[in-house]
Amino acid sequence: MAMLSKVKNNISDTMVMTGRVLNYTLRSVDTIITVVAMPVLMMLMFVYVFGGSMNTGSIKYVNYVVPGIVLMCILSGIAYTAVRLNNDVTKGIFERFHSMPIAKSAILGGHVLTSVLFNSFSTVVILVFGFVMGFRAGAGIAGWLLAAVILLIFTLAMTWTAVMFGLLASNAEGAGVFSYILLILLFISSAFAPTQTMPPAVRIFAENQPMTPIIEAVRSLLLGGSAGNNAITAILWCLGILIVTYIASVGIYKRKAA
Amino acid sequence: MFKADIAISVKGLEKSYKKLKVLKGINLTIKKGSIFALLGANGAGKTTTVKILTTLLKPDKGSVQICGLDILSQADKVRGAISLTGQYAAVDEVMTGKENLRMIGKLRHLSDVNSRADELLSRFELTDAADRRVAAYSGGMRRRLDLAMSLLGDPSVIFLDEPTTGLDPQSRIAMWKIIKELSRSGITVFLTTQYLDEADQLADQIAILNDGKIVAEGTAAELKKLLPHGHIELKFNDGKLLQAVRDLLKEYSSSQDIQNSTLSVVTDGSIKQITDILNKLEKQGIPVAEFSQKLPTLEEVFLAIIGENKEKEAI
Repeated sequence: MAMLSKVKNNISDTMVMTGRVLNYTLRSVDTIITVVAMPVLMMLMFVYVFGGSMNTGSIKYVNYVVPGIVLMCILSGIAYTAVRLNNDVTKGIFERFHSMPIAKSAILGGHVLTSVLFNSFSTVVILVFGFVMGFRAGAGIAGWLLAAVILLIFTLAMTWTAVMFGLLASNAEGAGVFSYILLILLFISSAFAPTQTMPPAVRIFAENQPMTPIIEAVRSLLLGGSAGNNAITAILWCLGILIVTYIASVGIYKRKAA
Repeated sequence: MFKADIAISVKGLEKSYKKLKVLKGINLTIKKGSIFALLGANGAGKTTTVKILTTLLKPDKGSVQICGLDILSQADKVRGAISLTGQYAAVDEVMTGKENLRMIGKLRHLSDVNSRADELLSRFELTDAADRRVAAYSGGMRRRLDLAMSLLGDPSVIFLDEPTTGLDPQSRIAMWKIIKELSRSGITVFLTTQYLDEADQLADQIAILNDGKIVAEGTAAELKKLLPHGHIELKFNDGKLLQAVRDLLKEYSSSQDIQNSTLSVVTDGSIKQITDILNKLEKQGIPVAEFSQKLPTLEEVFLAIIGENKEKEAI
């Protein structure tokens, strides 16, 4: 019984904490603009400005670029996860929670769950805008499901990366900086242009960093193809990052919260 | 003191950060329902003490009991009995005052969250601002909301880490009033401060923390008695008399303020010495315009005690 009520309290605490962080996200115009409006604008630009001169073979450019835009949206979303978490650390909010009899897991859990929920929401928004701009997925249910699973693991891996940097940074300005590095990785991948036209050194880098297999897997799944090895490589990369950043974050958190 | 009357008991508390020893063996006994002030300069170890007592940090050595509960083995029960209001007002800016209170109420698993929130909002004069976002609150309002959030769980002991740092004088006085009311309602208040007047105004018991050790402890009056040298002030209509009076009272050490034609004479505070001084002046026919006896201020005590400590260390 005690166990059951503990689990119940734990879930209820996590819900309250998630509601709290969600409030931060939804009430900040700044977040919505950066995370949702910016990728939509980028998509407009890529499709209608650069898209015409991109050679993506038989694939329509809008179909080619949507997965890249989705990842871009997730990467800017998790920067806010890091900033918000860092604010809680540096402004004494965590101390208040830690001095209360609440489930410790709820405190980071609220941030993680919010990140997953908000990024799922913005992913759907991007897909809808993509659809309006001519994006057509040929995927069946299985293809959609597998693509969703990859995106979800990617979001989790990036969220825990954000948690790690949010805990480590000494101020909010520094907390989100890592996401720029990830965005650069995204630009040096097959997200917006095929890697074939890149100079050899850049191409080798582009094809062997995590973003490319993730993009390739999601793209071929959404377009109705099979992802093949890319799906396995993508999932392994994401799981690897997730495990490392999760262990590191929990370690840092425990040290900080005594 | 009976065990049941003790709210906080600290024995031999030590804490180091890496090689730096922050707390070097602290002992405290704090009575239930009292206001206790831990007084010290920046870096004396006040916040570290508060963090340990509120289960945020683990001590290296020593034992701490809050309301008879051990902070290490019964941490969760301790957290149920206490509330912490840290140095920053830990409130959520994007939420309204009422939403902030509701959130804490839910985390404390209270059944009557709404009515308790309304009651606290009115008690802290925040009813009008209840539905406004905290981002628009003044510093004083944030602190009051912070305190209201701390009271939601009906704590027995409340910790206030520098509750008035950064507040304007008016908000400071309002905060003092609130703290006194808390104590009257039976809550034990443990506050840290670097302001001597705050400790003097509020605390039933004061401990001076310096360099990780308690260097003096007692009521404000008791601490002031530690400095035997009170002084008297004699004001004259004619400033030219000052030197003559100093010569007359040459067995006492004194200092003169020519501008105000005032002489400060150090005494041991006894009637005998004061009578002796006044008699001497009377015999010489020197008219005294004003006479006052000055007790040492807490500030003088504080500086004297900390100064003594520094000297000891130098030896």
